[in-house]
Amino acid sequence: MAIIEARNLTYTYPLSEKPAFKNVNLSIEKGEFVLLTGPSGCGKTTLCRCFNGLIPHFYGGKLEGEIIVAGLRTVDHPIHELAQHVGLVFQNPENQLFALNVEKDVAFGLENLGYPRDEIRRRVDWALKVTGIYDLRSKPPFELSGGQQQRVAIASVLAMQPEIIVLDEPTSFLDPLTARNILEVIYQLNRSLGITVVLVEHRLDLVARYANRIIVMNNGEIIADGEPRRVFLDENVKLVGIGVPKVVKLYLLLKEEGFDLGRVPLSPEEAYEAIAEVLAHDRG
Amino acid sequence: MIEVDNVYFSYPNGVEVLKGVSLKINDGEFVAIMGQNGAGKTTLVKHFNGLLKPTRGRVLVDGVDTRHTTVAALARKVGFVFQNPDHQLFSETVEDEISFALRNFGFDEKVIRERVNWALNLLDLTQYRKVSPFMLSGGEKKRVALASVLAWDPKFLVLDEPTIGQDSYQKEKLKQFILHLNHQGKTVIIVTHDIEFVAECEPRVILMANGRIIADENARDVLTDPELISAASLVLPEVTQLFMRLNDLGFPRKVISVYEAKRLILERLRQVMC
Repeated sequence: MAIIEARNLTYTYPLSEKPAFKNVNLSIEKGEFVLLTGPSGCGKTTLCRCFNGLIPHFYGGKLEGEIIVAGLRTVDHPIHELAQHVGLVFQNPENQLFALNVEKDVAFGLENLGYPRDEIRRRVDWALKVTGIYDLRSKPPFELSGGQQQRVAIASVLAMQPEIIVLDEPTSFLDPLTARNILEVIYQLNRSLGITVVLVEHRLDLVARYANRIIVMNNGEIIADGEPRRVFLDENVKLVGIGVPKVVKLYLLLKEEGFDLGRVPLSPEEAYEAIAEVLAHDRG
Repeated sequence: MIEVDNVYFSYPNGVEVLKGVSLKINDGEFVAIMGQNGAGKTTLVKHFNGLLKPTRGRVLVDGVDTRHTTVAALARKVGFVFQNPDHQLFSETVEDEISFALRNFGFDEKVIRERVNWALNLLDLTQYRKVSPFMLSGGEKKRVALASVLAWDPKFLVLDEPTIGQDSYQKEKLKQFILHLNHQGKTVIIVTHDIEFVAECEPRVILMANGRIIADENARDVLTDPELISAASLVLPEVTQLFMRLNDLGFPRKVISVYEAKRLILERLRQVMC
């Protein structure tokens, strides 16, 4: 059974006339790594807020259709219950951090759920280490840089080891090397523990290689949904102008000139192999 | 011209963030300052409009020492767009937000109206004129912050992480108008991690690590140097990663542009096919 299932989902914020998204049908299986993208203002953040019940419980407004997450109809279950299944990392880390030191922020969710002390200690240390902020554990979050705060927010969610992790542009403030390391950690959790990942991101160059599926939204509707190589070639997607990775762009430019590299490359390594092969083939 | 002369800076908690930084930015330049989180990039650019004053050394903006003037006076000349738009926005509507500084600087109402319309239009915000900035998405807020600074036409424009949260269409527009403003003679300084954006714009690149400048060169030379790039906690542009490997097959290494990549590969393909 799908771990996230939306049927004809339409949502309108309070005081707003136009729905933020409409008629969304979506089914995400356990263990998927889904990349959700689209132009700014397309409704992707709003959709994420439905996954852990922030919509409708916190934001109010009008939610039509049905959404079931981890077997629970979100409208019938409070946010704190849904939070045990779905961890959400916000776009702006300041909206999420509140404790007096990093360690307490990361431990907060586990303490609330009444985990034993040793277990909390073990999970908090692990989350601090994998996000590279162990040395900052006794600092107040508000003294940290944007990138460091973002890592605290990610650590707080990782520590909970929920079934589903939803990350809304989680690495926007991070330097690329740190961003890549964190995405690797998330990818490993996805592979080894089968945690379902929904990642909202514009920078597809960083994430295309991890996702098994890309969903593209525009103007509150899903306009493409499928395997990355296929979505990058989709005509609708081209019209919206999502930022395909540079190696995909190169593939498309060569194709316009009549040279087909065969498979759409999702990383420089794949592009290298395709080009080397074409050259070797033509030489022979 | 902005001159940074052997500047040291420590925050009140004693952490020394800048450790002897010197650089000159001439009028009309386009400069990208890059480096890892905590390298001192934002701290450095906050010296350009006097928000921070050096603990040691000095910063001169058009010959004026920032320690001997006010942020208000410098702001007219040095427009600063913060990394996090929530730190900058406060008005009830987008229109009020953009008018605010113009009123403060004493422009007359007619000019204010024109400048506001111009900025709204430039940044695709006209439809949000009467909307609260806090109702907008992250990427849209960022554009409101940018519009409010561009509206007063500062001589130096400092943009801290301008591409964060922008989709590729907005990024392309941002690139076009940064290049356009720069072409018209405005000095543009961006702080960014977005190496693909820098590879497309090809500005002068200043790399920082641990409070010091570790490179100051043209984009092509800096972005294709694997040691410098990893010292600054960046990742090589995708096209460069590809050409580092294609070097085995006799391709050049120093390639950052996807169009140049296409040209080089096509040339080779056409050769082998003849």
